[in-house]
Amino acid sequence: MLLCYIKKLRHLHLKLMWISMTIEEVQQEIIGEFSMFEDWMDKYSYLIELGNDLGELDAKDKNDQNLIKGCQSRVWLVAEMEDGKIDFRGESDAVIVKGLVALLLRVASGRTPEELLENELHFIDDIGLKQHLSPTRSNGLLAMVKQIRLYAVAYSKIAG
Amino acid sequence: MAYNIDEIRSFFPVLRKEVYNKPLIYFDSAASSQKPVQVLMKEEELHNDHYGNIHRGAHFMADKATLEFEDVREKLRAFINAASRKEIIFTKGTTESINLVASSFCERFVSAGDEIIVSEMEHHANIVPWQLAASRKGAKIVKLPFNDLGILEIEKLPGLISEKTKLIAVAHVSNVLGTINPVKEIIELAHQNNIAVLVDGAQASPHIKIDVQELDADFYVFSAHKMYGPNGVGVLYGKEKWLEEMPPYQGGGEMISEVSFEGTTFNELPYKFEAGTPHISGVIAFGAALDLINEIGLENLAAWEHSLLEYATQRLKEIEGLKIYGEAPEKSGVISFNIDGIHSYDLGMLLDKMGVALRTGHLCADTVMAHYGIQGCVRISFGMYNTKEEIDAFMVALNKVLMMF
Repeated sequence: MLLCYIKKLRHLHLKLMWISMTIEEVQQEIIGEFSMFEDWMDKYSYLIELGNDLGELDAKDKNDQNLIKGCQSRVWLVAEMEDGKIDFRGESDAVIVKGLVALLLRVASGRTPEELLENELHFIDDIGLKQHLSPTRSNGLLAMVKQIRLYAVAYSKIAG
Repeated sequence: MAYNIDEIRSFFPVLRKEVYNKPLIYFDSAASSQKPVQVLMKEEELHNDHYGNIHRGAHFMADKATLEFEDVREKLRAFINAASRKEIIFTKGTTESINLVASSFCERFVSAGDEIIVSEMEHHANIVPWQLAASRKGAKIVKLPFNDLGILEIEKLPGLISEKTKLIAVAHVSNVLGTINPVKEIIELAHQNNIAVLVDGAQASPHIKIDVQELDADFYVFSAHKMYGPNGVGVLYGKEKWLEEMPPYQGGGEMISEVSFEGTTFNELPYKFEAGTPHISGVIAFGAALDLINEIGLENLAAWEHSLLEYATQRLKEIEGLKIYGEAPEKSGVISFNIDGIHSYDLGMLLDKMGVALRTGHLCADTVMAHYGIQGCVRISFGMYNTKEEIDAFMVALNKVLMMF
């Protein structure tokens, strides 16, 4: 029930997000969603659902250039600049990691390089999933967060 | 003799721990085993009572530490039935033991165009050192394949052997497949062709009685930390005839006889290969782990662990879409698997939350993953302290996790 409700809310917000919400507001929204879960199983079930809902990348985008290789799971990240904003797309072969990728995309995609450089991505820590960003986890997520920042730096230089 | 599991578990304080408010189920002993109080106390006793650098000082502390250190060498000699204590070299682990042989043996005995046969089911530690040595010497690595059941295709070995073959490197027990390889047969065939054999015993030494003379192994390597001993201690058994002829691996203290700027003469075996201050406390505490294994009896441990392996295999087969990698009739210690449509990392992550410690990923064996066309898998492995009740609890956790997908 709760999952269904959150899902509806999320879809609604997704539609509105592009025009109205700042990076910080989206992060706070995610933190709010996760605060509703009482135990870890609900939290991870939600991540699995987010992972399943995130579409797959085109086969041509799943190339070595876009691959962030961890020894546990793989993440692909594609970035394209459109109208001054970076459109990120991503995927992982592990569904929980894919769920976290979906959250990162929700926060970071469709932003200007400046917005990305001005804001810290802190929500993963705040929703109690910091362990997945630990260097020892080797699931590609930490590298993805760094890669998002690198794209922002690169595009800000091109734009500037 | 009855296997007193309650008493054995009581030796391991860590097993009483809870993780994420759930009782710890430690199914990762193949990566590293937990340490019993006997080992922890031995290390503490050394530091509180008679620690000193070994083989050097002429004082009470150094003498006592040296005696204990050398006593463990003798225990190890007896443990694997080596002919002489000169053949027992202490290293920092299996990886270093293999690197030592790859470096020193190949330096002396391998030339351009020669070949080294390495099995397809090896841990990276028994592949990469040979590749490095081969590239230095202009030699070639030849693969000994295994079949889909996880059994080495040793019928292909005679065809792979040539007059250029200098060494065969093979695991006694595979860290992914659990297969117990017919190393005696491999060694016999190798010796008929004057080829040396290195056996990686890291996964075998905690479970199987090793007799290096009966096997006639040229080199046999293993680590203390998979045998309830401290980490940072490894063993290299090498036949005296090889070790005498091989050049030193590293230079430094202890391994020399006399040093001058004109030249240096090297110490006798085993010290020639033990440059620098070794892991004194680790080696001495390892002695306590060996005592415990001897006291329980390796055959009793093996029987207990085998019953766990059989029971867990049977329980895992209840799960639809579960594929076990490694179905050799002779198996020990580990079960690796995947479940259709579920990534190993997802499974491992959720089982961790349920208090189960296991291994996921490529298990440092990319060539095994490539054989099955997979990116990774889940591995459970057992030690002397695991129980059928833990397997039952693990199955409950696994089924609960599977409901989440």
